[in-house]
Amino acid sequence: MKQVHPNWWLAAALLVLYPFPANDFFTVQIGAYSLILGTIALSLMILAGYGGMVSLSQLTAAGLAAYMVPILGTNTQGVLGFGWSYWFTLPVAVLTAALFSALVGLIAVRNSGIYMIMITLAVAVSVFFFTRQNYEIFNGFTGYSGIEAPKPFGLDLRAPIPFYYLCLIVAVTFVLTTLYTARTPFGLSLQAVRDNPRRASALGYSVPAVRISAFFLAGIIAGVGGIMLVFLNGRISPGTIGVDVVIDILVIAVVGGLRHPIGPFLGALAFVLLENFAIDLIDRERFNTVIGGAFLLIVLFSPDGLLGLWGRLKPQIGLASMTTKRGSQSSGLDIEPNSLKGRLSNENV
Amino acid sequence: MPVWQQHPWRTALVGGTALVLIWMIFAIWPDWLVDILGRKKTFVNTLLNGLTLAGLYFLVASGFTLIFGLMRNVNLAHGSMYLLGGYIGYEVAETSGNWILGAAAAFMALALIGAALQVTVFRRMQGDDLRQTMLTIGISIIAADLMLASWGGTTYQFQPPEVLFGAIELPIISALRSSGEAVYIKYPFYRLFVLMVAVATGVALWLFLNKTKIGMMIRAGVDDRSMLAAAGVNVDRIFVFVFAIGAGLAGLAGVIGGTALSIAPGEDIRYLLASLVVVIVGGMGSITGAAIGALLIGLAEQFGLAYFPTYGVVLTFVIMIAALAIRPQGIMGR
Repeated sequence: MKQVHPNWWLAAALLVLYPFPANDFFTVQIGAYSLILGTIALSLMILAGYGGMVSLSQLTAAGLAAYMVPILGTNTQGVLGFGWSYWFTLPVAVLTAALFSALVGLIAVRNSGIYMIMITLAVAVSVFFFTRQNYEIFNGFTGYSGIEAPKPFGLDLRAPIPFYYLCLIVAVTFVLTTLYTARTPFGLSLQAVRDNPRRASALGYSVPAVRISAFFLAGIIAGVGGIMLVFLNGRISPGTIGVDVVIDILVIAVVGGLRHPIGPFLGALAFVLLENFAIDLIDRERFNTVIGGAFLLIVLFSPDGLLGLWGRLKPQIGLASMTTKRGSQSSGLDIEPNSLKGRLSNENV
Repeated sequence: MPVWQQHPWRTALVGGTALVLIWMIFAIWPDWLVDILGRKKTFVNTLLNGLTLAGLYFLVASGFTLIFGLMRNVNLAHGSMYLLGGYIGYEVAETSGNWILGAAAAFMALALIGAALQVTVFRRMQGDDLRQTMLTIGISIIAADLMLASWGGTTYQFQPPEVLFGAIELPIISALRSSGEAVYIKYPFYRLFVLMVAVATGVALWLFLNKTKIGMMIRAGVDDRSMLAAAGVNVDRIFVFVFAIGAGLAGLAGVIGGTALSIAPGEDIRYLLASLVVVIVGGMGSITGAAIGALLIGLAEQFGLAYFPTYGVVLTFVIMIAALAIRPQGIMGR
């Protein structure tokens, strides 16, 4: 069994004990919300970091899963609502997101780099418009509200502390699964396809198949994130999957860092903290300038996000010995520290 | 070999469609056609609206595609340039009372901003697609917010110059009165002006790229940038120049579009998406492609709105996905 650095145990202990000193607002609106946004951004990070494919329609996949909950389950709008039990609704919702994501992959994998960003953005926008215009399935502009989380065995999952733990379990499971999958033959072939698609193809890998499978898996993560999101808000409407939110998810993933699955969660935490407390620092109206400025600074000065910033600051504040130690222990755990530039220029060969 | 011998079926199809369209525009519609498509007036107006919108899209997208084609620079702040051009043009036109001055100011201001952006930002990360994308997204987020701060959430509309004001009667008969008198279709003259500006810009760009020395250098740069530099051309200067033209066109389009329609927060994203779809469909980096893409998208949007209003907006994206499925590099892409 591989040794785990004490810092990880410390982090785990902090995350588990967090809800006890915190009040309901901090538990749900900061803690759980960060974990949910992080999960959705993780879906983007997997594609961008391991696959070299920046997909902006992962939030849309999450949104579709979220829509499936009131459509297949119950809603108070009187539109559709088949009244299925959660045991059927939730798996079908996740599967919908995964299939949608795979479909986007099917359209997008023929192009790469910037083309893929534009195509996935266009798909995201068209779904946004479709949900806004369609009243038969998506109930148009208003969407659905009054959605309740399930109460298995009498436990209300939407109560602050259980909900926080639910989100924490989901997030930790996905982070560990991602780290594990990155070292499976599939994960390695995905990284090979990212680094040199022609060579991977010459070695006998089907590049589109690997990429589309990655989209499918990322779609599962996005779908679960979407379900958590609809449980948190109790409502879903086209605004939830609008362009600005799509960009927010990209900002979260990039600001956090695309090298390690922890990155999106750091980014999400930073984003949520800024969103809630920027009001104390600067006029509430100018929130977007703050968030855009932070994003701009990160992109300009630390291309690998907060994680990269931390990695560079650590030696300077006297933690150098820890860095090397951790580096040697977790070799193979991090993906190759290839710069994004290298990834994309390889893509364009 | 002439085109009709090379692709007889395609030529026949295109020619046939064109003939049908011309007949539909000029003939007086028989009753069965009215039963299918509704009144002729709606059809012709939709067609003209679509062409106008296509002209506007072409103005915005040609700058985008020019910049991308030469420099592989992805400028996702292009929509913000459109909106900023609109606002600047509005301020200048309001204070000076001269619409043309406003349009010129918008072009110049955005050309300067574009050149500055190229020198300070894009030159530093040449060839780094993803960072450029992220950076320009960051810029557009901030720009949108700052524009909201200084111009507020209200909708602005320009007063077009007197010459272009009012509607003109087109030599197209919409229907016959019972007395046998012909009713001609009226259309706002300004909108036809937009179309003319777009066509003029397209022709000018084509002449510039194909008949001048700088244009030749730009085309050479699109094909092989390093070879052009090796031939002794100052590529950096050409980059700044092209970026300035592309950004200036976006600013100009802001004034022209702001007069035909209006300018308000959110228009930046709308025109960014429109130019993205236009260049994806038409093929990145090709001016002809941008023209074809703009025509397809402009017409699809207007016909979609007129004939299937609920899903009209989605239609453009369906076209884009279909085009990508058949030709991933776009219609004129290489």
